[in-house]
Amino acid sequence: MERVGAIAREGLRTDIPLFAAGDTVRVMVRVREGDKERLQAFEGVCVSRRGGGIDETFTVRKLSAGVGVERIFPLHGPSIGQIELVRRGRVRRAKLYYLRALSGKGARIREKKDQ
Amino acid sequence: MTNGLIGRKLGMTRVFVEDGTAVPVTIIQAGPCKVVQVREQAVQLGFGARRKIAAKKPELGHAAKAGLTEAPHVVRSFTLVGDAPAPGSEITVGIFAPGELVKVTGQSKGRGFQGVVHRYGTGGGPGSHGNTRHRKPGSIGAGTDPSRVIKGKRMPGHMGDRRHTELGLKVVRVDAERNLLFIRGAIPGSKNGIVTVAKQGGKSRHD
Repeated sequence: MERVGAIAREGLRTDIPLFAAGDTVRVMVRVREGDKERLQAFEGVCVSRRGGGIDETFTVRKLSAGVGVERIFPLHGPSIGQIELVRRGRVRRAKLYYLRALSGKGARIREKKDQ
Repeated sequence: MTNGLIGRKLGMTRVFVEDGTAVPVTIIQAGPCKVVQVREQAVQLGFGARRKIAAKKPELGHAAKAGLTEAPHVVRSFTLVGDAPAPGSEITVGIFAPGELVKVTGQSKGRGFQGVVHRYGTGGGPGSHGNTRHRKPGSIGAGTDPSRVIKGKRMPGHMGDRRHTELGLKVVRVDAERNLLFIRGAIPGSKNGIVTVAKQGGKSRHD
């Protein structure tokens, strides 16, 4: 008998790079304007990844005109054109919600260097 | 052909549609169902198979009339639509198409003995400020006249484990190869529960 997990796995995308909380990513979002479609970049720090399988989502935080903006994307949804890994960050948490209370120097994340 | 099928609920997940929205779906292993008996306006379908040792002789005999060697695990009746199928033939998930409205009938999950707050969604009383009627049902009617409780008064009791039909569900995807039916929304019962899926008219409950 077919298992639901196996059936859902068929909908997974294979073009997603490896990234984790702390990494800076550029998400190309599909935007529909009338009958035209274009890609809009949303670049920021991934502060959280949650869920598993087809239900997995990730949160990207960026500063837009001095205001913190967070967007939650379904990792496997077709609304994302492409994800680029811009910079890897060294962090000690899986969820970086503490960034919301910080700004400027305090909100910096050290770059992760491969050994 | 029939207006429906018997199936087994596999569980829920989500699928993404073109415009990027996620649709919650229940996956049903629907059919293939063997035609066990054809009556004037109804067709009796069988789903699954009983082991030789578990099948009763009358069940085997009934199945044998349709030319089947095994007794079905479940037998349900459906409305006859169009031409009568031959006894013993198979009805598959191909009778459904994406976008069609269906109703799904199954045995709901048992919740045991429950109070009115859980069973009927009454508000209950305040939690504090000297109040002690937290989850009690409150008044159950007038006094001397009528001197009895009106029939059908909603009271605590056994909840769930009843036959329930969920109406106005939309077929999202049909997988004819693996006999799978993707239906938008939740359906009654637990995983591996037996359900029947039948076509219906009317309105979708999700639009």
